[in-house]
Amino acid sequence: MTVLLNAQGISRAFGGVQALNLCSLNVDKGSITGLIGPNGSGKTTLFNVMTGYVKPDAGSVSFDGHDITGARPNKVFAMGIGRTFQLTRIFARISVLENMLVATQREESWLRGLTRSMSNKSEHDAAMEWLDFVGIARLAKLPAGSLSYGQRKLLELAYVLVADPDVILLDEPAGGVNLTLINVISEKIRSLNKDGKTFLIVEHNMEFVMNLCDSVTVMHQGSDLVTGTPAEVRSDPRVLDAYLGGGDDEEEIEEVAHG
Amino acid sequence: MAESDAFVRFDGVVAGYGGGDVLKGVTFDVPKGGVTCIVGPNGSGKSTLLKTVSGLVRPRLGEIWFKGTQLVGLSPKEILRLGVVQVPQNHSLFREMTVHENVELGAFLVKDKKVIAERMAAIREMFPIVAERARDKAGSLSGGQQRLVEFARCLMLEPDLVVLDEPSMGLDPKTLRSMFHTIKMMNSAGRTVLLVEQNARQALRMSHFGVVLENGQVRLSGTGTEVLNNPEIGALYLGGSIEETKSSS
Repeated sequence: MTVLLNAQGISRAFGGVQALNLCSLNVDKGSITGLIGPNGSGKTTLFNVMTGYVKPDAGSVSFDGHDITGARPNKVFAMGIGRTFQLTRIFARISVLENMLVATQREESWLRGLTRSMSNKSEHDAAMEWLDFVGIARLAKLPAGSLSYGQRKLLELAYVLVADPDVILLDEPAGGVNLTLINVISEKIRSLNKDGKTFLIVEHNMEFVMNLCDSVTVMHQGSDLVTGTPAEVRSDPRVLDAYLGGGDDEEEIEEVAHG
Repeated sequence: MAESDAFVRFDGVVAGYGGGDVLKGVTFDVPKGGVTCIVGPNGSGKSTLLKTVSGLVRPRLGEIWFKGTQLVGLSPKEILRLGVVQVPQNHSLFREMTVHENVELGAFLVKDKKVIAERMAAIREMFPIVAERARDKAGSLSGGQQRLVEFARCLMLEPDLVVLDEPSMGLDPKTLRSMFHTIKMMNSAGRTVLLVEQNARQALRMSHFGVVLENGQVRLSGTGTEVLNNPEIGALYLGGSIEETKSSS
């Protein structure tokens, strides 16, 4: 497989905190790659570095053979790297549908893009299709600010998909989302992947990650700790220790229902 | 049923944010001393329901009784005084203040310095992170650590009812278990817990009672196990029926 997106030896400090320390990550073309690790291990910072939101102190990022280290977020997006955010970022005062139409724009100003695409039927249809897919099409005309937290996550997912990037970075797509809908999202990612889309996914829902990903990288204290198949990663003692924890507590939770 | 039967009673609660009703007549009881978990699809009104308890959203119709007192019409502060504390869905610590200061703020209704000091000592024992990171800015903690500090802060008022909106969101598997463990610990210490969870299977497993909210109304209520084993609810909201999950795991 060829590497589509690569981060090499990335370091970044915020004040006294070393958020990333010589961290490397490969995302193969056509893969679904998972990125997991404890809270505070640097996953989101790595996302931010790879998408131009944070400049690294050291290291490089490349996409499809081009060096994009330090490129601005809009440039990175225009090259075909789309992302969602852990805490959702939407325009609260315009409608759900208008948010979607803003997202389809890569180069032009968002306002010009919006006025143009409001009259463009195919973009409108595509937007509605994605809203329908995440189950919020009936809310299309409401201001986005009136959506619940979970619905905002879904809007953001639809928002990045409608922009049709080549590689899609998802930051906790399952967080705060209903379990049955998580399965639907999982299926959709799989089918988009079959059509050639590459995914990089940060997620704490292990069932979701393990069922979906071809390759998983585990981060710990700002560095990549282990990379392997889901099965390899799941049974690696270092991963169990740093991230998954022992199995004993599981029984403890069971106890409560009967205790 | 008489009002005294239930610890918290929702009776025909209708509420929204001006653009139509989100809650369309919610009725159920929260029993004293247990953990009650509300599950349901995104946008079904779970967070809104919790906000009606803490007074952040005022119902248009209906009643909410807490230990025999009508909560509808009371201010959030008055409701706090009655012993109802909510930990919100989004992170709510003051990032530029220290962990210690954040926890101390939780006792803002308490005037007696000695009482505050005693409770702080108990909290530091229960949540080691509050002692270990006392002088650090809250913003320097990871998401999971911030959650635990929020729990610690809410206990400074020694509430009778703890209201938690998706406490597990964004937590790694290890932290998630310690968080569920902490909820169990708060409950064993005599606090009644009312929570909303999308991590529904695990949450229902540790809950005494479960409520399924759908489109602003109660679809089903029962023991945690009853809700967990209901095949229809399993397929609709828990990612498949329980048999399916058992065979695949």
